[in-house]
Amino acid sequence: MTLLPQNPSKVKLGLVIDLDICVGCHACAVNCKEWNTSGKMAPLTDVDPYGAKPDGVWFNRVHTFEAVDEAAGTSRTVHFPRSCLHCDDAPCVTVCPTGASYKRDEDGIVLINTDICIGCKLCSWACPYGAREYDEDEGVMKKCTLCVDKIYNENLPPESRVPACVSTCPSGARSFGDLGDPDSDVSKLVAAREGYALMPEQGTKPVNRYLPPRPKKIGDEVAPRLLDHHDDSADGAGLLARWVDKILTV
Amino acid sequence: MHPAKSVIYFTTASGAGYGLMVWLAVMGAFGFIPADRPFGIVGFGLAFFLIISGLLSSTGHLGRPERAWRALSQWRSSWLSREGVAAILAFGPTGLYALGWVVLGQNTGPVGLIGIAGALMCLITVYFTSMIYASLKAIPAWSNRWTSLGYLLMALMSGAVLILVLQTIMGIGNSMVALKASVVLIALAGLVKLMYWRSLRNSEPESTTESATGLGKFGQVRMIESPHDEDNYLLKEMGFQIARRHTQKLKRFALAFGFIVPLALVAMISALGMPYALILSVSALISGIVGLVTERWLFFAEAKHVVTLYYNR
Ligand code: SF4
Ligand code: SF4
Ligand code: SF4
Repeated sequence: MTLLPQNPSKVKLGLVIDLDICVGCHACAVNCKEWNTSGKMAPLTDVDPYGAKPDGVWFNRVHTFEAVDEAAGTSRTVHFPRSCLHCDDAPCVTVCPTGASYKRDEDGIVLINTDICIGCKLCSWACPYGAREYDEDEGVMKKCTLCVDKIYNENLPPESRVPACVSTCPSGARSFGDLGDPDSDVSKLVAAREGYALMPEQGTKPVNRYLPPRPKKIGDEVAPRLLDHHDDSADGAGLLARWVDKILTV
Repeated sequence: MHPAKSVIYFTTASGAGYGLMVWLAVMGAFGFIPADRPFGIVGFGLAFFLIISGLLSSTGHLGRPERAWRALSQWRSSWLSREGVAAILAFGPTGLYALGWVVLGQNTGPVGLIGIAGALMCLITVYFTSMIYASLKAIPAWSNRWTSLGYLLMALMSGAVLILVLQTIMGIGNSMVALKASVVLIALAGLVKLMYWRSLRNSEPESTTESATGLGKFGQVRMIESPHDEDNYLLKEMGFQIARRHTQKLKRFALAFGFIVPLALVAMISALGMPYALILSVSALISGIVGLVTERWLFFAEAKHVVTLYYNR
């Protein structure tokens, strides 16, 4: 059913990604591929993986952006993981002609039933964020599942019941939780750090939030550029060192 | 957007087929064309051929064409689904009307009414097709108020030129109506296309790399490292760039062959009369096909998807 949930629950599971912390290591993207290639939307097919033009399905892509303020003479480099935002008003769901795309009533996760998807690609055209990738080999669309097969998995220890990208992030840049509950840890984090949604003007009402990089520290705290005791000449050195220096400069 | 041949054929051919069907209904029901059997066979044959081959071609770009029937289920939310349902429903009245004309030799009265109902269904189907594209906010060039009007007028225009050519070749009925309709519709469709391009030129992009990343407050944003070296699905499907380099040339080409040349040729028919009518109308048709296919190619190829903002494209 590609109508959006008529009686959505208050629970809105999603991710909060801290752009101040992310170091752009791609570990989240790799572990996402690792988990999901045998998960609900398996496989995440690769085409020509060892050839000249390798391609394949990934649910998470890490870009690096530069923001330049010419007037202030400042610039910032920001690593930016991009994946499905599990939008409240998901246009990818309502365009789907078959009912393969749907948004879950109970937690708002947006999924695809690949058994009935016809591979018309319309949902990938409707998503502004490039979150859906087509599996050429299977002829169906695939997307981030928010690790629905991990977060509720009772065979795993409770601390592992978070999406693969969250459990793997070495710097702790990714948080997972209920963004529909204003008292949850993730909601508090978003409030404290002024987390924001991507392309709000598209009207998709994303659930995921991004935390902006913190202001740069400029002034006394800047590290010195040169060390004071740096000495280019060999004059201050001992006899043996001067002798070696002479031989080597011949 | 990647201009898939199957979708270009689907939209142009089925548009022309539905347009021809509308004119067969109007001309028959209002008595401008008698229910001549050979004319009916050729006219409906051509219209159904264009419609059916177009619809089949649209299933050609599916990853799982054998599941295509499932696309009829979500008409409550999906324009693609609505289009499929409308296309199938339209076969009812248009099929009955064709039988009435060809088998019973009637195209006015009750049969004509069925034809008009069919014509309305055809127009609704074309409108639904256009809404598949016009409803996609992530592709600003399509979610444009001229998109649907353009699709409807270009379908009616192709249909009018087609019926003019058929009438001229077969010498059936009064071709003045088709001639006047062609002139008016070619001019209107060309005008709407110009307005469409004008609105693309003048519209400020709503989404930017700054809004896509939320980093605008730190300055001007651009990607410095791509997540992948080779093009992925997103860039192959939505990062199509060739058209943007040649846009101006292609637009002039589409405008000339799709609208200006056919308009001039059709207008000349009334001045020069029968001996030239055949060659003029057929040339107008050929020029129109070349022009409209270019126009449709541009419609897809020129459209920029907002996901390209993440990739500096
Ligand atoms: S990010 Fe894209 S795929 Fe995910 S819910 Fe939003 S529109 Fe759909
Ligand atoms: S590709 Fe599959 S999931 Fe996407 S709109 Fe088409 S049928 Fe639905
Ligand atoms: S694993 Fe963490 S630090 Fe590495 S790219 Fe992903 S979010 Fe950034």
